[in-house]
Amino acid sequence: MKKEEIPQDDGALNNLTKEVVYAVDKDGNYTTELSTGWNVKSKALDVAWDDIAQRIENARQKVLNNQASPILYFIELRLMDIGIVAAYTGFWKWTIKRHLNPSVFKKLPQKKLQRYADAFNVSVEELKTMNVHDD
Amino acid sequence: MCMMTDFKHLQAAHCENGVTTNLLRSVGVGGLTEPLAFGIGSGLFFVYIPLLKINKGPAIAFRTMPGLIFKRTCKSLNVPVVRKKFSNKEAASKFLDDCLQAGQPVGCQVGVYYLTYFPKEYRFHFNAHNLIVYGSRGDDYLISDPVMENVTTLTKYELERVRFAKGALAPRGQIYYPASHVNVTDEQLRKAIKTGIKRNVRDMISIPGPIAGVKGISYTGKKIKKWKDKLGSKTAGLYLAQLVRMQEEIGTGGGGFRYIYGAFLQEAYAYHPIDELPEISKLFTQSGDMWRSAAVQAAGIYKDRIGSQADYDMMGDYLLEIAEIEKKAFLALRNIKWNS
Repeated sequence: MKKEEIPQDDGALNNLTKEVVYAVDKDGNYTTELSTGWNVKSKALDVAWDDIAQRIENARQKVLNNQASPILYFIELRLMDIGIVAAYTGFWKWTIKRHLNPSVFKKLPQKKLQRYADAFNVSVEELKTMNVHDD
Repeated sequence: MCMMTDFKHLQAAHCENGVTTNLLRSVGVGGLTEPLAFGIGSGLFFVYIPLLKINKGPAIAFRTMPGLIFKRTCKSLNVPVVRKKFSNKEAASKFLDDCLQAGQPVGCQVGVYYLTYFPKEYRFHFNAHNLIVYGSRGDDYLISDPVMENVTTLTKYELERVRFAKGALAPRGQIYYPASHVNVTDEQLRKAIKTGIKRNVRDMISIPGPIAGVKGISYTGKKIKKWKDKLGSKTAGLYLAQLVRMQEEIGTGGGGFRYIYGAFLQEAYAYHPIDELPEISKLFTQSGDMWRSAAVQAAGIYKDRIGSQADYDMMGDYLLEIAEIEKKAFLALRNIKWNS
C-alpha cells in the first residue's frame, strides 16, 4: 500500500486514538502513518455488533417466555460463554447449564445469585429483572 | 505515593511488538524498532482452526502465538527475562509496586473486556493484550498502551480487574520485563535477524498439517468457497467479517501484519546487505495489498451489496493467489545465501 492510499475514514477509535499503519513512500521505502480508520473494517465491527444485539434480544425473549433463566440474557449481554461464566463464578459448567433452567434459577439462594451478579457486574435485583443501567 | 520510572512511550501498530520494543529500548537496546522486534520474533503467521470458535466466529490468526514475540526476541538478543504469574491479587499488586519502586517499568498481560479507556466496540473477552506500567501517582497507575498515541492511567481497581480477567488465556496477573541492562551489539542484531527469518520460513513453509502457514491460507480459500452453501448467507457474512477484523483491526499495521514484515526485511538489509531482501520485501507489500483487496471483496458480501456464489469463489481465489505469493516469498528467503 502506498502512503497516500492509507484510508482516513471514521471509526470507533475516533475519539481515543489514531492507529499506526505501515505503507511505502514514493521511493518504495517503508514508513508509518497514522490512520483514523477504514470503512471496510468498521463495517466488519458493525456486523459483529448487530449480531450480538440480535442474540441479546433473542435471549431476552426466551427469558420472558420462561424458556430460560436471566443468566442466558447476561451471558449474551456480557459477550460471555458458559466457559467464561464458569471461570468468573467458580461454578462448574454443568451447574451453570442447570441454572439456565428458570425453575432451578428461582430456587437459587442469595449467595449463589450474588456470585452471578458479581460476574456480570450487576446487582442481584438487576440480575433477576434484567433491568440494567450501564454507564 | 508517587513513583516514576525512566521510560519513553512510543506508539506501535501492535501491542506485543510495542511492549517488546519499548521495554528493550529502556534497558539499552537502542537500535530496536517495531519491525525488527516483529521479524526477530518471527511474528508472521497464518492459521485457521476450523473446530475452534472465537466469539461465535472462525478462529483465524495472522500472527504467531501471544507471548512468543517478546520471548523469542529477548532470547535471540541474549536478554534475561523475569516473568511472573500470581494466584493471589495482593501478591501481584505488591510485586508491581516493588518493581516500580525499584525504577523498573514492566509489561503486563491484560484482558480487554474491562479495559476502561478502550471504546466499548473493542471490548471483547480477549485476554492477550499487553501494556506497560511505568509509574504510579496516588491511586492511579501510569499506563503506556503501545497501540495508543498517548499514555493514560488506570486506577488500582481497574488495573487489578484487567490483570485478573478470566477465560481463555487468562493473564493471572502476569508481569514480565528484561532483568538487566544489556549491551546489544550490531553483530548480535545481525545474528538475531537471520535466526528470526529462518524460523519464520520454517513456520510458514514446513509446518505439518493443512491449516497453518501458506498451506493454511489456500486451505481457508477453499473453505470460503463453500461457506455460502454450508453456513447460509448470514453466518457466512459474519465469518467473513471476523476474518477481516483479525486481518485489519488495530494492531496489525494493515494487511494482516504483511506490511510490517515488508518493513522488517527493508530494515534487515541495513544489517545484511543482500540484494534479495528488499526485493522479497516487495512481495510482502504485494501480499498485503492482496489481503486488503480481499477485505474489500469480503466487505461487499457482508454489506449485502453482493453475495452470489461467484462472489464467494472470487474471495476464495484471492486467498489462493496470496498463498502462492507468500510461498514464493518464503522460498526466496529460504534460498538466501547469508554472508555472516
